[in-house]
Amino acid sequence: MKRTWMLAAAGVVVAGSAFAGPPEPSEVVFEDGAVSNSLSGVPGDPENGRQIMNKGAGNCIACHEVTALSDLPFHGEIGPMLDGAADRWTEAELRGIVANAKIMFPESMMPSFYKNDGYIRPGDAYSGKAPDGLLGPLLTAQEIEDVVAFLMTLKEE
Amino acid sequence: MNRMSAPGLSAATAIAVVTGLAAPAFGGPDDDELIINGDTTIITEAPAPDHMEYISTIYSGWRFRTDETQALEEDDFDNPAMLAVDAALEAFDTVEGDAGESCASCHGDVESFAGLTAHMPKVGEDGNLVVMEDLINECRTDRMQTEAWKWSGDDMQSMVALIGLQSRGMTMDVAIDGPAAPFWQQGKDMYYTRYGQLELSCANCHEDNWGNMIRADHLSQGQINGFPTYRLKQAKLISKHNRFRGCIRDTRAETFAEGSDEFRALELYVASRGNGLSVETPAVRQ
Repeated sequence: MKRTWMLAAAGVVVAGSAFAGPPEPSEVVFEDGAVSNSLSGVPGDPENGRQIMNKGAGNCIACHEVTALSDLPFHGEIGPMLDGAADRWTEAELRGIVANAKIMFPESMMPSFYKNDGYIRPGDAYSGKAPDGLLGPLLTAQEIEDVVAFLMTLKEE
Repeated sequence: MNRMSAPGLSAATAIAVVTGLAAPAFGGPDDDELIINGDTTIITEAPAPDHMEYISTIYSGWRFRTDETQALEEDDFDNPAMLAVDAALEAFDTVEGDAGESCASCHGDVESFAGLTAHMPKVGEDGNLVVMEDLINECRTDRMQTEAWKWSGDDMQSMVALIGLQSRGMTMDVAIDGPAAPFWQQGKDMYYTRYGQLELSCANCHEDNWGNMIRADHLSQGQINGFPTYRLKQAKLISKHNRFRGCIRDTRAETFAEGSDEFRALELYVASRGNGLSVETPAVRQ
């Protein structure tokens, strides 16, 4: 039953937006480091983006401080503070930075979250071992959109 | 880079002071001095060796830890690694293997090793880069005719710590030229390689961001003068190669093996970044 429902829901999404599915990371079009088109074709969910900021392969606050997330402990000091990010950057720029910050900032320490090849000794997550096949990107297309939607709420002006 | 920000000046520190939180020292190492047992002064801060281009002062990892963790290293009665060191001293005197030898039967008192660790790793007569674990296992298999120890096993790391303890307080001074040069260069290349799916090099954290917080961790310069070190998180003595393996694994990389030639080279390079600090093993860290 559940499976049938999910298939039906997927059909509605595809029919509704005429979206062909997320692009391969290598197919994403960057212009000056920014990405204009949604990666998933589905609006980002800022609440889920908030969760990703704190956990898993996102864990953005490991390096960035965000006042809006001050209920969560231990914000890092590696990258720039993100308060007011939506005042400083457009949605397309934020999408580009989250997807692959090294396009805009070649020397950046920031991991590239929508990339899946070109690594030196890639591993299977944190196992320390080589992966069996191709790696997926650190975040899915929808998770990127969710994070971008959250970042777009960080306004000070 | 925000490398040169002085300790004590960040907003985070000000907040911590105001609220009275026992927060880690944001922004850099603290100013504490390490004197062990009231008589052994440990150099925890020194001018960086000439070969380092981007760091002017080197600091022991001890300077980045909380007062509570620091205190455990200030007196050997409080240092949890000393139980393992005592066990190694007993093993040192114990006959093992077909040759009927103990460490002591050739080397006499373990104090005869004073100074050795300050110059390790080094290139051996056969041209190979040799670390302390290699010397110990060579003695065990060739002279004692017994089994080699596992690299990060308790018996091995306790013995590495016991031998290192004989040099505690002496200044690290590993050779990086002559026959060591190609190994050193290999280690340096590794240090600056951005491994894994997170594309992180040793330098990203320990050269560009030491003193900064990464989530709950206060990044140190990644010095190894305190290794083997007692890691409270793992409640045992941790080998240098085990820490290297864990760090590279945590970049979501296919890591290298303990005892690999790659890690021998990395050990030489990282040790050379600590030339000028004291041998500090067995240190205590979080």
